[in-house]
This record gives sequence, C-alpha cells and structure tokens, in this order.
Amino acid sequence: MEILVCARRVPDTSENEITLNSAGTDIERDELVYSINEPDNYAVEEALQIVARVGGSVTVVTVGGEDDEEILRREMAMGATHGILLSDTAFEGSDARGIATILKGIVRKSHYDLILTGVQAEAGGAQVGGMLAAMLDYPFASLVNSIEVLEVKKLKVSREIEGGNREINEIDLPCVLSIQTGINEPRYVGMRGIRAVASVAIPNYGAGDLGVDTSRVGAKAAKVKRVDYFVPTLGKGAEMLDGSREENIEKVIELMAAKGGLK
Amino acid sequence: MPRIFAYIGHKDSVIDDSAAELIVAATKIDPSAAPVALVCGCGAELDGACNSLRDSFAEVWKINHDALAYPNAELIRKALLAVVPAGSVVLITHDHFGIDLAPGFSIKLNGAFISDVLDLEPKASGLRVARQEFGGQVSAHMEIDISSGAVISIRPGAFKAPANPPVNGVVVDKGASVGSLAAGRRYLQTVVAESGDVDITKHAILVSIGRGIQDKDNVGIAQELADTLGAAVSCSRPVVDAKWLEKSRQVGSSGKTVRPKVYLACGISGAFQHLAGLKGNPFIIAINKNPKAPIFQVADVGIVDDLLEFIPELTNRVREMHTVSAK
Amino acid sequence: MLEGTPAAVQVTSGLIASQPLILAIHILGVAGFAYIVAKRLVPLLRAERDPRFDRPVARVRKVLKFWFGQWKHPRYKVAGTLHILIFAGFLLLAMRAFTVLFAGTSHSLLLGVPGTTAYLYEVATDYAATIVFLCMIFAMVRRLAFKPARYAVPARFGKAHTGDAIFLLALIAILMVADSLFEATKAVGQAHQAGSPAFAAALSLPWLFKVVLVSASLPVLTKLCLGAFLTHQVAFYFLLCYRPFGIQFHVETSLFNVYFAKLERGMLKPVKWGIPDEHLDQVKSLGVKTFEDFTWKHMLDFYSCADCGRCSDNCPANAAGRPLSPRFLSIKARDYAFKHYPMFGTATNGTPLVGGIYSEDEIWSCTTCGACEEECPLLVEYIDKVVDLRRGLVDDGNVPQSLQKPLKALETRGNPYGKMEKKRADWTANKEFQQACRVKTLDKKNGADVLYFVDSISSYDDRMQSISRAAAKVLNYIGENFGVLGAAERDSGHEVRRFGEETLFMALRDHNTEAIRASGVARIVTADPHAYNALKHDYTDMPPVEHISQVMARGVKSGKLRFNPVENSANVYTYHDPCYLGRHNQIYEDPRQVLDAIPGLKRVEMTRSRDRSFCCGGGGLMLFYEPKEEERIGVKRVRMAAEAGANVIVTACPFCMVNIEDAIKVAGLEGKMTAIDLVELVDQHIERESPAAAHEEIQTHQESVTGR
Repeated sequence: MEILVCARRVPDTSENEITLNSAGTDIERDELVYSINEPDNYAVEEALQIVARVGGSVTVVTVGGEDDEEILRREMAMGATHGILLSDTAFEGSDARGIATILKGIVRKSHYDLILTGVQAEAGGAQVGGMLAAMLDYPFASLVNSIEVLEVKKLKVSREIEGGNREINEIDLPCVLSIQTGINEPRYVGMRGIRAVASVAIPNYGAGDLGVDTSRVGAKAAKVKRVDYFVPTLGKGAEMLDGSREENIEKVIELMAAKGGLK
Repeated sequence: MPRIFAYIGHKDSVIDDSAAELIVAATKIDPSAAPVALVCGCGAELDGACNSLRDSFAEVWKINHDALAYPNAELIRKALLAVVPAGSVVLITHDHFGIDLAPGFSIKLNGAFISDVLDLEPKASGLRVARQEFGGQVSAHMEIDISSGAVISIRPGAFKAPANPPVNGVVVDKGASVGSLAAGRRYLQTVVAESGDVDITKHAILVSIGRGIQDKDNVGIAQELADTLGAAVSCSRPVVDAKWLEKSRQVGSSGKTVRPKVYLACGISGAFQHLAGLKGNPFIIAINKNPKAPIFQVADVGIVDDLLEFIPELTNRVREMHTVSAK
Repeated sequence: MLEGTPAAVQVTSGLIASQPLILAIHILGVAGFAYIVAKRLVPLLRAERDPRFDRPVARVRKVLKFWFGQWKHPRYKVAGTLHILIFAGFLLLAMRAFTVLFAGTSHSLLLGVPGTTAYLYEVATDYAATIVFLCMIFAMVRRLAFKPARYAVPARFGKAHTGDAIFLLALIAILMVADSLFEATKAVGQAHQAGSPAFAAALSLPWLFKVVLVSASLPVLTKLCLGAFLTHQVAFYFLLCYRPFGIQFHVETSLFNVYFAKLERGMLKPVKWGIPDEHLDQVKSLGVKTFEDFTWKHMLDFYSCADCGRCSDNCPANAAGRPLSPRFLSIKARDYAFKHYPMFGTATNGTPLVGGIYSEDEIWSCTTCGACEEECPLLVEYIDKVVDLRRGLVDDGNVPQSLQKPLKALETRGNPYGKMEKKRADWTANKEFQQACRVKTLDKKNGADVLYFVDSISSYDDRMQSISRAAAKVLNYIGENFGVLGAAERDSGHEVRRFGEETLFMALRDHNTEAIRASGVARIVTADPHAYNALKHDYTDMPPVEHISQVMARGVKSGKLRFNPVENSANVYTYHDPCYLGRHNQIYEDPRQVLDAIPGLKRVEMTRSRDRSFCCGGGGLMLFYEPKEEERIGVKRVRMAAEAGANVIVTACPFCMVNIEDAIKVAGLEGKMTAIDLVELVDQHIERESPAAAHEEIQTHQESVTGR
C-alpha cells in the first residue's frame, strides 16, 4: 500500500510557552523549538505499522520552505521511505484551502492508496484533511483512532466520538483519514537515525511541477486571513481564595456543604 | 447578505444543546437574520427533533432519507448539497460530527471555511472571528470572506443562549430534493465505551484530576479525598493518555458528560475539550499551582496551591469533621 | 608411616583387576568433559570482542582477593562461611582426587607417597572431606527447611531450583563418602598388616569408616575398596560432565570469570570495542539485540552465575516489585545459550532477546545502582549488559513513550525539562542569594581556577536550585575562585548514555567538552554525583574533577570550614550514600567527616550503608520513567531511615533529594521526617559573621516542606 502522510512543522507546544511579542503583532518566535505536529507523528507511525503488515511504502510531504525539511528527515529517520517538500513563493500566505489545493497537486502526481493527516495542527483548525478529500472526491473520516486493512481496497476504521464511544466505519480506498493522538505508541527516533538521513535527497516541487494554478493558492487567493494575535482580557472568573491553607480548606468545606456536596 | 443555515444534530428526538447557541451566532453575523435549521434523519425520530426545533427556529428544513438513519457525514454532506443554495452561510457545532462534515462540505459548497469560532463580528472587510490557537495559550482574530458563502463551526458553549420566547416555526420537508445517497464510507456500528467499575455520571461530587497530579502514585491522594466525601474520582484526557486512570473516568468531549453538583478540578488547566463534558452548571472549585490557568476563568472558586499538599490536608479536615459530628 | 605391605596391596587388588574398566571410565569422562566444554565455547567464539587480556598483574591480584580469598562471601555470613569451607575443602581435596583417580591406573600410586608431608596432607584432606560432607548436609537442610528467601524462584521465572540444588549437594556428599570409604579401606588394610589400629584424623569421616571397618575381613575390604573407588570415579566424572549444564559450571569458570573481570568502576563499555566514536555511524546495528551481540565475557558471566540470588536480594528494583531480577537476567540467558547451542545438532540463529527471554520493562527498570555487581562473589557484570540491551532497544526505536519527551528535550534544549538554554543560570539571579554571593559565568573575559558544573536538575528545578546556591556559597566561603558555564552548559548526558542513547550522549559530551576546554579551568567541582561520574568516567581528557563533599572534607581538615553548633540538637541525622558517589566511586568517608565536624550533630547509620546503600530510585531519565512496581524504591529507603531512628536524611545528590522528599510524602511521614542536602546543611552551619543570612533560605524552604 502506498501511503502519503501530510505533515506540518509547528512550534512544539509542550516545549514552549507561547506568548505575544512585545509589539503585540505576533507570537514571540525567538527561541521557539519546532517539531512535527504531534498528530502527524502519530499518523506516520500508523502508516509505518500498516506498511509493516501489508507491504508498500510511506511518503511524508509538507508545504513550506527549507526550515521545514527537518521534519521530513526526522520522519524518514523513523522509517518513511520518501520525503517531499512542496515549496514555491506562490504558496506563501495560503489559507487551509490553499494548502489543500497544493496537496491535491502532489496526490495527483503520484498514486497513493491512502492519505493521512493529523487531526489538527497548532491553530486547531482540523480542516486540511477534510478539504483535501472533498477536492479529490475521496471518502473521508476524521478523528480516526484505529485502522484495520480489510481487503486490498477497503479499510475498517474507528472514529472517536462523544462519551469515549467509537464509531466503526468501512471506507473505500483511496481515501483520506485524519488521525487522532493516542492511536498508537510512536517509535523513538534516535539521534543516530537522524544523522543517518542528514544527507538524503529531498525533492522540491513548486507550482509548475504540481500543475497547481497559482491564482488559487497563496495570500491573494486566501479567503481567511489572520488579523492579529491577542490575549483576551480576563473576565470576572473565579473568586480566588487567598487565605492561609487552613482558612481555604475551611471555606471549601463550607461551600461544598452549601452546594449540596457534603453530607 | 447570504442566507444563514444552522445544522442541528439530534439523538432520540432530543436536539443538541448547541442549537440555541447557533441561533445566537447567526444573529451576530446578521442581526436581522432568521437562521434556518437543517436537520437530517428519518422516521419518527426525525419528526420529534423537528418539532422541538419549531420552538426556536422560524423555519426548519427536514431532510428525511432512509440512508440518514445514522448521521454519516459523507451522506449528510451529499444531502445538504442537494438543498442548501449556493452562497449560503452554514453554521455547525465544532464537535465530532462538525469536524467530520464541515471542511469537506465547504469545498463542495464552494464557500470559505473557518472552525471553532468563539466570537463573531461583521466588519466591512469581512466577518471577523475570534479563535484560540496553541491549545488556548493565545487567541487570534481572523477575517473570513463570506460573500460567496461559508461554512463556520462554532465552539460549543461560546455563545451563551438567552432564553427567547418560543417561535412557532414551520417545518419544510426537503426530502424530495435528495436523490439516492451512497458514499465511499459506510457506518457499521457504535462501540460503547466500557463503563468500568465506577460510573462518574452518577455522582453528585466529583474529585477530578489533571496533569497536575504528576504521577500515577498520587492518584491515591484524590481517591482518599473522594472516599471521605462519598465522591468519585474523574479526570481529564492527559491522565487517561498517561494510563493513570481508565477511559471511563474521563470528563470531556471525547469522554463522559457529567452533571455533578460540585466539581473539584485539581491540577486541571481547563482546556475547552475537558470543560465541554461539564454540564448542568456545577459549582466548580479549582485548585492549581498556576495562577494563570484557564480553569480560573470558568471556576466559581479558585485556590492557587500545590494540590499534592492541599488535597491530603482537605481530606484530613473532612475526616476530623466526620469524627466530631459522629460523637 | 605407610608402606607397601601385602595386605594393602591385596585390598586394592580389585582395582588392579578392573583397570580396563577404570581406564575406560577415565577416557569417557575426560573426553566427555572436553566435548562438552568445547560445545560451551562455541557461542563465545561467535560473540563480540572484549579486550580483557591487559594488566595481568592487576588481574592476578583480583583472582587472589576474590577467587582465592573469597572476599565477597562473608557479606552473607551463613552462606558465606559454608561456601568458604566448601571452597577450601575442594582446593585441598583436588590433589587427593587426582591421585585417587589415577591410583586406579598405577600400582605405585595406589600405595601412597611416603613421608611427613604426605601424612599431614592425608590428615588435612580427611578433615576437609568431613567438613565438606557436613556442609553438604547443612546446605541441604537449609534449602529444604529454612528456605532462604533469595533462593525462591518467582512464578514468572519458572519452577524452583531446589530439586537440582539438592541433587548436586547430594552428589557431592556421595563423592565425599566414597572418597572417605576408599581411603578407609586402604588404611584398614595397611593397619591389619602393621598391626596398629590407631588411626589419624580422629572423628573425621574416613576415621569413622576406619573404626567401623577395623575388623572387616580382607575380601569385604577389597570389595568395599573397589566399590568406593568406582563410586568416587563415576560420581566425579558425572559431576564433571554435569556441571557445565547448570549453575555448578561456576566451579570451572569462576577462576576465569574473576581473572577477566572489569578492572575499573563507574565506566561503561563502549558500544563496540575497537570502533571509535567517529566510525559508529557505519556500524549497522547498535547494542545487544540477539544473544550473539553479547561479548564473550558476558557469555562467560552467564555460565558463571551460581544462582545464589545475592544480586537480586540487593536490587532495589526487585525489592520494589519491578519486573527486574538481575539473577534471572543471567539464568535466562544461560538457559537460552544451552537451548540454542545444544550438545548435539546445529546451533540455531539468534532470536531477539527483548520480547523473547526478556521483557522491555525488565530492561528499563534498572537504576544502574550497581548493588548487584557489588554483591556478586563471581564478579558477574550487569550494568554493561543492561546498557547494551538498551542500546539495542533505542536503535530499534523501541523507547517507552514517557522517556521520548525528555530525550527529545535533551536533544533540542540540552536538558530533559525542555526549558530554555538561556535560563540555565537563572538560579544565580535570586536577589537574596546575590547579596551573599556572586557567581560568575565563564567566558572569554571571565576565567577561574575551578568550574562548578551544575548539571540540569540543579539548574532548572526550583527545589534543587537551593543546592546550587548553597554549593556556591560554600565554595565562596572556602575561598575557591570558581565560575559556571551558564547557558553554555548542557546536561552531562550521564543517564542518556545509561539509557542507551549513545549518539545523543556523544553530542552532549562533545558540546560540554568544548565549553570546558574553552573555559581554561584547572579543576571541576560538582554537587551532582551523576555529573561527577560522567565527567570522571564517561568524558576523556578532562581537568581533575571532585565532588563537593571531597572539597568540604578537605576544608574541615584544614580548618577553613568551621561550624556553629547544630541548630536543632534534638534531630537525629542519617547519611544516605548516593549510588554514584558511594558504590561507584567509593567516596564514603568524606561526607561523614563533614557531618561529624558539626558540633553536637547526632548521627546514626542505616543498616544498609556505604557499599550496601539502598538506591533512592534512580536519577536522570529514571525520574521520567513510569515503572510497574508495588512500592516505590524511595519509600523503602525512607522507612529504613525511620527504622534507624533518624528524623533527618542527609544526602549528597539532587536526584536522591527528589526521590526521598517525594517518598516522605508518599510514605505519610510528612512532618516526621525531612531531607536535606549535605551542602545545604553545611551552608546552614558555617560560622559566619552574620549566620542569619546564610540559613534563611534553607529555613523558609524547610518550612514549606514540613508545613511548620
């Protein structure tokens, strides 16, 4: 099975405190540590496990620039066979729809049986996967937390829904799935593996190579634009207890009794 | 101004809580708009849902189709495309279903898309929305061009619904516009989460723990307090991911929905996915080391302290009180 | 005086007659043994190289101390005494055994060698055989009735080994009996001739037989003599050929195992001997994944394990209920070797060890405390094997999720917490502290004699920063001209290496090495024993490195460090030896000397102290690992302190501090027990002009910990 995983390089939320810069125009980007978007990493691990079971290869693709190559290399150190960078000045400023349009270009260039994305990235949009599927007219399922290969052209997938329940679906290939964290336990990528792929060639494709109409991507074509970042002024919020610990405990007990929580 | 629709989900004829919130969101986009409810399904169950919706929506478009007995997003999309006019704005709740349906739907509708919106404000340059990024650490204003239609998903609970007087809406049957429905994805079944030994949905008091508990061994601290109070221990997602508690203890959008009287949030940051599982307006007491934790925005009472020290002392005090009152 | 009298000759005539049989048994026995040993050597020939042929003098000294001198045995008094007696007996009897065996082939040998030395040897060996016999009986009773806990086999590791143990003990007893009987029949025969029934070695086993048989007839004696001889011969050769099939192989391998044992403490074997770091990326596979990836010495270790259980008895992971039992790392590998390298048939190729005979949790559970290696009388090595197995797991990407995050943070930020590099020296910025002491960051403009290497936990952890501040103040007070690397410092990589991530370790090491060389310091001091061990043993070409307790001990001796009387004279202090200061580097007395220099300080020793200290639970990456265990290792240690009558635990390692402070809470001893670092205690008590400023910080911290 040929699997394509669409990945993104993001500031690592667990390693960084995200704050506004002093001008208030953007987040503070100095000293940010970047890594692959966590759900995308789960997707690559899932792809590797599928290919270990049924054969095939895993390709990881990202839209960006030179800096973004590092995540491709990391995933190749993990076991992906190919890494592809989609890079063009015409792509800059694309909104999610633009990104999906660019990715459609690489899908059309080669054949893939299965396309995976992470559920969402740092903006919490959770949109590129679903958009890409619709553009390709491939069936789609989001929040996937388990994949079983049935026959050559069919998968059984489970989606995470409310209450911790799982919605089981059958889906035809080729299809697009967005992968939820926790689907597997990603393998460790050691420094040795990363060094080993440090000089592997990563092809770079631009709009021309992908047959992408530049009028439909980039900042000009974007229908969604970011205006600013801000930290909302905090509303009233909780009544903060600021006594000593003993005083706070007494108050808590008093409140619990009053609200019907204490016998 | 494009026509505004609101997609409403339902189960056993009970419509989603978010229905009223979508109306508020619609009025923010266009104060004069009377959004149309879009509701899919089949049979008596669908009729029941439509009836409830007549109280809040002037117009309810009922899409009745055998294939839609279970809300399969792929089929629903096709059905909606058959009835929703091009250039419309469709609002939908940002939940498991919304995530599944909305992005692809926006492409086929040829409209713009933005998700998980917390606030809306129409401006000359476009519709300005507020969203959170980086797990809620910062917020951002985005502008979306809805002039040729859009799909917008709304954060549950972001638009508090005022009690409006009931409207006597009309149900329009749109089933005929939808032809045969088939898709490359077919629903098989729903596997219900194991209930585990404790049903957290049945407790009036919950001692809920988050990442702040730090270690599996510290879960016992929460359990002792719960035992003393006659409560149950619940948790947020990171605790389940770390395998410190079973999934059946998780409160949140991908866990259980609970309606306790008192909710002690210990070491829980307050991510919206967790709070989404808290309904019925419980009295929330939050204990967290970080004075900036988002939970303090939604809690009723907050204490900045180390839960690993606070909780055992609270337990001891409650025990003392019980022994005193027993004498 | 023994002479070749006719009766003696007649008693042994049975042997002469049976020479062909006896010869045949000899040939079979020796050939069998040679074949078996050759087959046992096969995997060693396929194994990885291990250069242990250097420094013969040092090695011989080790043999004299640990093999001949049985140095480690008395650590367990009963078993130790038993074994020393048995070992001494075996050595003494060895010569007699050979003469007895070959007596069957030569007429003159049968008659015994005349002379006083021979007589004394006879008496000595008579008693030796008796003692060994009694030891066998005692050992069997001990196994069956007293059942020492460390011999028990947990269910997951299979059936009890008691049956095999009893069988071997019984066989050796039989050997002693047969030997004694043989000597007795010969002696009785000679006595008949000489007419003197007085026998030497009174109350020995041979003596008893002689007394019983003194009036036996010649034909009876002859039959008994032949019977005893053959029994002895068969038992001897059976044992010889049986030993390589089980734990008794240590009888043969122990001498070699001790000779080839590791000479240096605290050091790890390189990934592959003979392959320098720069060439490691050309090596296809790192670490031990299959049995053949072990070195020949490691395989010899597996053969040499005597199943005594002392290692597991002292292993903190085992005590806490983690899946690890060092004894069974050896036994299972040995059984694997026996199975895959059979006596007959071809050897089967290596299968993955982890996921096969070992579980992942077993391998990750080890804190590398070294208690197992310290106990083992045969000097079996464990840490290198665990590290090699971890290297294999890391190479395959098979690392527990809980460790992946800190490893990634170490890679990107140089510390496991993911905190920013530039904040590494923020601990020096505390306002109160800066009034007492200014810490300079070493760079092109600022140099110093001494580098204070802080390492990650003492730089970033709120609690441990007070150790760094106290250390700085103490160094200042003693008059050391020191500085820190500040943001240029990275994690020492000590646990990174011991958790198998050699490549990441090398990156950290190379970065730190460059920074240290650039600083131009003449000495390094650290308050972190893990950093100490790394700089001393994992890094090369470093300036001399010391732990701060050594510096303080020197200060006490020279009089530079003077103390006020102990603040709270009601406290009872106990010192917990950190593994990487104590066991691995044998620094036991310096910290104690410092403590004892504080006037009025009451100190007690825990039962497990110095080289028997019980690990706190482990440091570095081990703090992030989530083990499956019944009780926390640290909790056990805290209870030991309470049992010793202490209410304050003094330690000299920040990781010990984390584990112990945590354990005090979990054990429910808050308010009853506190922990303090040696350097903090010293800082609190230094005789200064204004003592108040010095211990204010410690005081406020202790209040927040104890709630007082």
